[in-house]
Amino acid sequence: MTAELALFSDYKYGFFTDVETDSLPQGLNEEMIRAISAKKEEPDFLLAFRLKAYEKWLHSTEPLWANVNYPPIDYQKMTYYSAPKKKPVLNGLSEVDPEVLRTFERLGIPLEEQKRLSNVAVDMIFDSVSIGTTFKKKLEEAGVVLCSISEAMHTHSDLVKKYLGSVVPIGDNFFATLNSAVFSDGSFVYIPKGVHCPMELSTYFRINDRESGQFERTLVIAEEGSYVSYLEGCTAPAYDTHQLHAAVVELIALDHAQIKYATVQNWYSGNPKTGEGGIYNFVTKRGRCAGIHSKISWTQVEVGAAITWKYPSCILQGDHSVGEFYSVALTNGQMQADTGTKMIHLGKNTRSTIISKGIAADLSKNSYRGLVKIAPRARGARNYTQCDSMLIGDACSANTFPTIEVGNASSQVEHEASTSKMNEEQLFYFQSRGISKEEAVNMIVNGFCKEVIKELPLEFAREAQALLSIKLENSVG
Amino acid sequence: MLKIKDLTAIVGHTPILKGVNLDINRGDIHAIMGPNGAGKSTLAKILAGHPAYEVTGGEVWFKGQNLLELEPENRARLGLFMSFQYPVEIPGVSNAQFLHTALNAKRKGNGQSELTDAEFAQLLEKKRKVMEIRPEFTARNVNENFSGGEKKRNEILQMAILHPDLAVLDETDSGLDIDAMRIVAHGVNQLMNAEMGLLLITHYQRLLDYIRPHFVHVMINGKIVQSGGPELALEVENRGYDWLIPSLTTEGKA
Repeated sequence: MTAELALFSDYKYGFFTDVETDSLPQGLNEEMIRAISAKKEEPDFLLAFRLKAYEKWLHSTEPLWANVNYPPIDYQKMTYYSAPKKKPVLNGLSEVDPEVLRTFERLGIPLEEQKRLSNVAVDMIFDSVSIGTTFKKKLEEAGVVLCSISEAMHTHSDLVKKYLGSVVPIGDNFFATLNSAVFSDGSFVYIPKGVHCPMELSTYFRINDRESGQFERTLVIAEEGSYVSYLEGCTAPAYDTHQLHAAVVELIALDHAQIKYATVQNWYSGNPKTGEGGIYNFVTKRGRCAGIHSKISWTQVEVGAAITWKYPSCILQGDHSVGEFYSVALTNGQMQADTGTKMIHLGKNTRSTIISKGIAADLSKNSYRGLVKIAPRARGARNYTQCDSMLIGDACSANTFPTIEVGNASSQVEHEASTSKMNEEQLFYFQSRGISKEEAVNMIVNGFCKEVIKELPLEFAREAQALLSIKLENSVG
Repeated sequence: MLKIKDLTAIVGHTPILKGVNLDINRGDIHAIMGPNGAGKSTLAKILAGHPAYEVTGGEVWFKGQNLLELEPENRARLGLFMSFQYPVEIPGVSNAQFLHTALNAKRKGNGQSELTDAEFAQLLEKKRKVMEIRPEFTARNVNENFSGGEKKRNEILQMAILHPDLAVLDETDSGLDIDAMRIVAHGVNQLMNAEMGLLLITHYQRLLDYIRPHFVHVMINGKIVQSGGPELALEVENRGYDWLIPSLTTEGKA
């Protein structure tokens, strides 16, 4: 089994791994934040960053505008730091707790270098801590840095200091602010000037602990003229309680740099009958096209989590910069997704494309929420938006909440939307030609999503297709 | 090849078929005519296995197998083909992909090897020309934004590719202008052979000028009330259906 496959089969990742953990007690206060920082032996600027965030968080309120429902979260009943006790050394995986290694093996992520994925470098995050990174050497030769953000705090502290919070400011929103106060680990990527990253970079996130929230922080910096393609995957055990996942991802693309960021999110989505358990996926992802002719593409395939609240966005600051958002959000059972993007056009002749495909089945709720904002000075800006929803069954719902603000007369904004229903007649049409119902669903859904799927790195695209049909197996007739 | 015995069916709680009997042999062309609501299209859909209809009695045998026990896809793989009156649009799935998948599903079901992309492309090209279908047609999504005539021609293209033993054409002539009908009829005639059975379901006699049936049946109120040769179609064309109805109303009261 390959790493890709692990992300994409029926939910068989619901198992729990028994490892000795080093956890801080439940609850959130200033002392706790100091303790997290101390455990990670952080530089002073980071402690100051965290404390400032905590202060802001105390005065911010949880956003309630999303089209989702959930009972209040008790932030004092949560663990904010949990890590496997046996820590790996930085230059090898041999000292990782064998139980953790076995977990990744079961997930299909081979950690041993000889079994590694061809041409994909992987950073593994288990609960809050980075377990290890493959292909370090090859990346180093190219000058590319892929490491945990905890490591980067020490090895690249000037970059972390300069860019952390530069795209998603400390007080941005309730969940991002919480993340800024308590984030434990995440990935750090740095592509030097003019370097075309020689391989796909990837992070695999695993929540294991029952009580701990997961607060990763990802920072990707693409220097002038560089290129990187990055993919993240997520799974979690099936618990009957909810776990909070409040991550922050910041991307910075300088002049002529290009970042492709893809996510395949398959968190445990709760019991489809009772709605018990599942991950609350409240994530802030934002990229800044800081330089001229820079480009940031978000591609997401969201098929898991009980609730998704996520709007990967682009700030198109540099003239002629380009932002793209390609999304498939599939909800079934009692899942709720409120997801979309913001394209903020600041520079001249900036362009953005939004392609959103929502698929709702069973009792689920699936909403697209988007903002296209063109500043007065962003002359000649263009946006094209296409939002399509597909309903399967009568009990689900799909909504679209687009907002368009155009600040000048030389810009162009196009918005297209459609809602369709996968129906018995379509499935019967396939069957009457000898094609089974399962294959029909597969072909219809993948046909519906193909504009998005083709944006995924090749080795993941096929698996993403398989995942979509597996997810719908029990939702159709 | 096809044997329908005392077939009754309902949709919801409404009886639609009230005892249909029909035999079709290889090489035969049958036509079922009748007014709207007579149950003609229902019969076609029941043969194909549409889930909205419930068979309440009777039997259907096809090539020695109990057709009613088979899933729709297995009926198709066994050699049954129904051309839809209203072909469904499938966004995102190309005609070529759809047909290739369908043909390979049938071949696989019959223990034959699947066709490669190249082999299939060749076959499709050949059949496309016979059906006078433009080349760009195959890359377009199944029936999406097709005109009425294009949809019907596409159905016949599917039939040409799938090569059925029995084809049921449900109101293939409806919505077609005379030129489109001529092309469709030409296509069907090209495909018809001594090994194949054909069942035409039509409201008008018009189509039967182009595809000559051996047997004509008139269906009214869920039953075949009259059977005959091609001359029956002409009689219906001249006299309408009314003269066939009284026998039915009498029966209905009994």
